[in-house]
Amino acid sequence: MIWLTWRQFRGQAITSAAVLAVLAIALGITGHGLVSRYDQIGLRTCQATCTSLAAKFIDELKVGPYSTMFFAGLALMYAVPALIGIFWGAPLIAREFEHGTHRLAWNQSVSRSHWAAVKLGLVGLAAVATAGLLSLMISWWASPIDHALNYGNSDTGAGYSQLSPLVFAARGVAPLGYAAFAFALGVTAGVLIRRTLPAMAVTLVIFAGVQFLMPTLVRPHVIPPVQATAPFNANTADDIVVNQNGHGPATMLLKGNYIRPGAWILSNQTITQSGQVFDGPPPRACTGNLPPQDCSNWLNSLHLRQLISYQPASRFWPLQFAETGIYLVLAAALGALCTWRIRRRRA
Amino acid sequence: MTAAIEASGLGKKYGRRWALSDCTLSIPVGRVVGLVGPNGAGKTTLLSLATGMLAPTTGIIRVLGGAPGSGPGQLAKVGYVAQDTPTYAGLSVADHLRLGAHLNPGWDADLAARRISQLGLVPDQKAGTLSGGQRAQLALTLAIAKRPELLILDEPIASLDPLARREFLQVLMETTAESQVSVIMSSHLVADLERITDYLVVLMGSRVQLAGEVDQLLASHQLLTGARRDPSSLPSSQHIVTDSHTDRQSTILVRSDEPVLDPSWSVSQIDLEDLVLAYMGLAKTEPSGPAASAATKILEEKR
Repeated sequence: MIWLTWRQFRGQAITSAAVLAVLAIALGITGHGLVSRYDQIGLRTCQATCTSLAAKFIDELKVGPYSTMFFAGLALMYAVPALIGIFWGAPLIAREFEHGTHRLAWNQSVSRSHWAAVKLGLVGLAAVATAGLLSLMISWWASPIDHALNYGNSDTGAGYSQLSPLVFAARGVAPLGYAAFAFALGVTAGVLIRRTLPAMAVTLVIFAGVQFLMPTLVRPHVIPPVQATAPFNANTADDIVVNQNGHGPATMLLKGNYIRPGAWILSNQTITQSGQVFDGPPPRACTGNLPPQDCSNWLNSLHLRQLISYQPASRFWPLQFAETGIYLVLAAALGALCTWRIRRRRA
Repeated sequence: MTAAIEASGLGKKYGRRWALSDCTLSIPVGRVVGLVGPNGAGKTTLLSLATGMLAPTTGIIRVLGGAPGSGPGQLAKVGYVAQDTPTYAGLSVADHLRLGAHLNPGWDADLAARRISQLGLVPDQKAGTLSGGQRAQLALTLAIAKRPELLILDEPIASLDPLARREFLQVLMETTAESQVSVIMSSHLVADLERITDYLVVLMGSRVQLAGEVDQLLASHQLLTGARRDPSSLPSSQHIVTDSHTDRQSTILVRSDEPVLDPSWSVSQIDLEDLVLAYMGLAKTEPSGPAASAATKILEEKR
C-alpha cells in the first residue's frame, strides 16, 4: 500500500520538492545579504539605541527588493496550505471515485481502512513536511526583519510584528497545522462529494473561512489576554475624533497611545474615572475654531484612563503551539471521519 | 462443501426502487456461472453485493462461506473485475502488476508476467492508452494473478469488439481449465456465455427467474409441438413455461423431470438462448410484487 501511495503521489512530490529546492537557493542567497545588513547597521550589538536602529533598518529596506520579498513570503505562506488542501487533499480519493479505480483498489487483499489510513497518513505527512520546510526557510529569511519590526515603533509598522494577525500565520509551526488541516479538509470534501472539482472549491471556501475566523474569534482568547490600564494623555493620543451628527449631541472617540514592543493590541478603550467608556459630549474647546491645545487641556483635566487588552510579544510561541495543536486535532478528527466513511461506504 | 455464493432473501433498495429483491441462490463451487439478464435487471447489484461493494437492504449473502469484503482474508479469496474494467490511467502495465504484487499476499508473479507477454501488452505502456480490450485483459490479469478461489466478472466483455471478446473468453477458459477457480460472469447476451458456462442464473426485473446447471436445465425443458389443444390438459408433472397457439397448432415449453411420453406431441430440445429468452419473456408478462415471487420460486431449479 505504501508503494502504491508513493507511486500515485510521486509526480506531485517530486515537483514540490523541486520548487522547495529552488526557493531554498533564492532565499539562501538573499537572506544572507539581509543578515549582513542587519549586522552592519548594528542591530545585533545595540543596547539602548535599538528602536531607532530598527526604524533605520526598516526604512532602508523599503527601497529595493526586500520589502517585496517579505510580502511575497507572507503570500506564499498563506497560499501553500490552501494549495495543499486543494491539489493534494481534494483529489486524493475523489479522483478514485470519479474514475472508478476505487473498485480496483478495494478488491485487492487490503482492507479499506488500511488503504485509507496509508494514503491519508503518507500524503498528510508530506503536506506537513512541505509546509514545515517552507515555514522554516521563510521564517529564517525574514528573521532580521521580524526582529526589527518587533521593536514596534509605530513608524516602522507595528502592524507587522510577529504576533500581528497578518504575520503570525506565516511564521513558526502554525503553518504545519494549517497544512495538515487543509489536507484533511480536502480529503474529507472529496470523500463526501465524490467529485474532484466541487471538492476543490468547497475546500478553498471552508479553509479560507476558518483562516479568517481563527485570528478574529479564537486566537485572541486561546490564552486570556493581559488587561492593563494607563493614564490617558491627550497630547500623545493616537486618535481624537469628534462625531458631529445632524441630530442629537456630538460624541467623541479617543484612542490613547500605548506601546508594548511586539505586542498584539486587541482593544484600547478610554474610560472615565467612574469606569464608563468615554464618548463625550465635547465642549466648545474641541468643536469650535479654538486652538487644539485647549481641547487637549480640557481632556487632560478629566483624568481619563486607558483600558488596554493585549497579547504580549513573549506569548508568540505559546500561541503558535496552541494554534498548531488546535489545527492538528481538527485534522485528526477529519481523518478519522474519512476512514470511517470509506469503511462504511458502498460502491 | 461451502457454496461459492449462498444468498437468502437478498434484496437491495435504492431510494424506493428495488434493484434486487428476494434473491435466494446457492451456487456450488467449481462452476463457471453465467449471470444473464437485460440491462437494469440487477446483475451489477448482485455482483456488487457478492464483493462487498454494496451492503444488502434485506437478507444475507455469504461468499465462499464468508461475509463479502469483510477483511483481507476474504478479499484475497475473491477476484473482481468491475464493470468498465477500471485501471489507473496514469500507471503503466508493469505498475499495475507491481500494485497487484504489493497488495496481494498470494500474488502469482510468473502467471501475471506470462499473461502480459502472451497478450502482447507492452509493460511500459500507460493503462490510459490501452484499447478497451487490452484494458479488460489487464484487469482480468490482475484478478487472476491474485489466485482467487472465486472470480467475479461484471460484464467484462460488453464494450469489446468481437475479436477482443473471443480473446478474453479464451484467457478465461484457459484459467478455469488450469486452476480450480470458480467463475461468475454477467452479460446481457446469452451468446457470450454459452460456450463457457456450466451454470446459469437468469435475472429479470430485479428477480431471479431461473437458476441451475446448464445440462440439467436443458434436459428438463422440452418444446412440445402438436395439434392444437388446451394446455391445462397436460399432466401435472409437466410445468408449462410458455405456450403459444395458432388455429391448428400448439407450441408449449414445459419443464419436467420426467420424459414426455405422449405420442401426440413432437418433442424437441431447446437451446440455451431460447430457454433464457423464454424465461425473460415470461417475466415481462408477469405482474410484479410480492405475489409474483411465489410463482418465480417454483421456476428455480433446486438441487
